Amino acid sequence: MSGRLLVEARGLTKTYRARKGVPPFRAVDGIDFELGRGEVFGFLGPNGAGKSSTMRMLGAISPVSTGTLRVLGMDPAHEGPEIRSRIGVVPQDDCLDRELTVRENLFVYGRYFGLAKNVIRDRIVGLLAFAQLEEKADAQVETLSGGMRRRLTIARSLINEPEILLLDEPTTGLDPQARHVLWDRLYRLKRDGVTLIITTHYMDEAEQLCDRLAVMDAGRIVAEGSPRELIDAHVTREVLELRFQPDVHAEVAERLRAAELGERIEVLPDRVVVYADDGEVALVAVHEMSLSPITALVRRATLEDVFLKLTGRSLVD
Amino acid sequence: MIASGWTLRRTGSLVERNARIYRRSLSPVLASLLEPVLYLVSIGFGVGRLVGKVPGIDVRYAAFVAPAILATTAMNAAFNQMTFVVFTRMKTDRTYDAIVPTPLSIADIALGEVVSAVLSSLLPSVGFVLVMLALGLVVSPGILLTIPAALLVGYAFGGAGLAVTTYLRDFSDFQLIQLVMLPMFLFATTFYPLSVYPGWARPVVEILPLYQSIQLLREPALGIFHWNIAVAVLYLAAVGSFGLALATRRLSRQLLA
Ligand SMILES: Nc1ncnc2c1ncn2[C@@H]1O[C@H](COP(=O)(O)OP(=O)(O)OP(=O)(O)O)[C@@H](O)[C@H]1O
Ligand SMILES: [Mg+2]
Repeated sequence: MSGRLLVEARGLTKTYRARKGVPPFRAVDGIDFELGRGEVFGFLGPNGAGKSSTMRMLGAISPVSTGTLRVLGMDPAHEGPEIRSRIGVVPQDDCLDRELTVRENLFVYGRYFGLAKNVIRDRIVGLLAFAQLEEKADAQVETLSGGMRRRLTIARSLINEPEILLLDEPTTGLDPQARHVLWDRLYRLKRDGVTLIITTHYMDEAEQLCDRLAVMDAGRIVAEGSPRELIDAHVTREVLELRFQPDVHAEVAERLRAAELGERIEVLPDRVVVYADDGEVALVAVHEMSLSPITALVRRATLEDVFLKLTGRSLVD
Repeated sequence: MIASGWTLRRTGSLVERNARIYRRSLSPVLASLLEPVLYLVSIGFGVGRLVGKVPGIDVRYAAFVAPAILATTAMNAAFNQMTFVVFTRMKTDRTYDAIVPTPLSIADIALGEVVSAVLSSLLPSVGFVLVMLALGLVVSPGILLTIPAALLVGYAFGGAGLAVTTYLRDFSDFQLIQLVMLPMFLFATTFYPLSVYPGWARPVVEILPLYQSIQLLREPALGIFHWNIAVAVLYLAAVGSFGLALATRRLSRQLLA
């Protein structure tokens, strides 16, 4: 029945054991999702949402606490090595062999998968080109920039030609330019039909790369769908952001609510957010109420707004 | 449990990785050879001048001490690999976090590390035997047995060291390790025979893994062949295997939380 699904999770939980002075902790709290071949699926959530914990279960690294999980039709509890041989993992931290060169890192990793030396050597040629690291092939990892290391980690995860690639926060900590280079590489994988699971707390990354998204908060999936579907289902088409002196925000929000402006009003520490299908119309209404914001901005709604609506918190910070 | 057994191929791939790193520099080998040679020269020859001969053993004092120092050389080479180096890989380099997503099991990782330690203790051991040869301290063809014996010593202390490492909290705990290793080095009959101890103290010394290691190397090196070597072989094999099993168990909980 579920033969074509690459991943199928039902009621998946992860509870970390109690340690000295620390009670047991449920990091993943009953999540369901499935993934088909060729899809790019994203987990979007803030720090501590349980994204990495989920990824480690999917990667047959961390044991599932309760619920069922099938990866490539197999049970991670019993077929861990077999699953791991057919997937690729880009962990949140690179964990490269700093004592070795770029080429050696790829070579050593290929050996973990039991690949023959000449097969690995052939694949390294393609992977170095893919990661744009040909000139750095014999450089010590120590000497690479953060973006280069990340690309090497992605190249490393591809050495076994995985059927699913798990990327845990692929661009966190990179500067904008390095992120764009990386996104370009990930598009290329997507185009080549590699099935990707990505975690991120950047909504632009989620919007651009993912066909389907699960918004995660405190171990639960609070919404799921394509970026477009999530925005349509949970927020208005446009958003009006108003900045006043911070101490009057609450009072302004009350007045806007009383005037039934837009569909919903949110007060953030630095701004008042009005959800309205037409932001310009709402702004005119604000001026007509003789409110004079310091700044006013009309923009399209994003996943950030979806997250705010669903959790009452913003995604970053 | 996700940790399954080990396979030769998977374990071998980690040994191969480590070999790639070790072969980048010879200086650790030279460093682990320097200390035992200094002990041999200062105590074996220096103190040996005052000691003369050990009662009941018909060789010069330095030849009596040398096989024991060889045992400590194999011990230290393997033990330091499995404590300091592995702890750094766990905490600082996060080497294993990159390996657990591959098909390798925790059993592969633990065994691969111990095998690497045993193999890397081979070079200093052979080096020390060559030093003994050069200094005229080889008195029996039994010396050839000391090399496989040193590998077994490496296994015992490699396995034990890996288990110890799973209990360490931070780098300052290495001082506690020294608190055990140094007295063992001094009192495990390295520099004098067991007969020096009063009867009640002998079982305490005999239970030390380094004592068993010294027994295993010293008697063949001096041309003495006695059945009690079998006890040492079994004892050291058991220490290594117990350490390895305990380490595998504990690493599973730590690396696959
Ligand atoms: N080994 C562990 N033992 C105990 N608690 C853990 C462990 N690993 C993670 N946690 C806890 O589980 C929760 C979820 O952590 P997880 O790393 O899965 O979150 P995340 O969504 O990946 O966050 P981030 O964006 O910061 O990477 C956190 O509260 C974290 O402290
Ligand atoms: Mg994470």
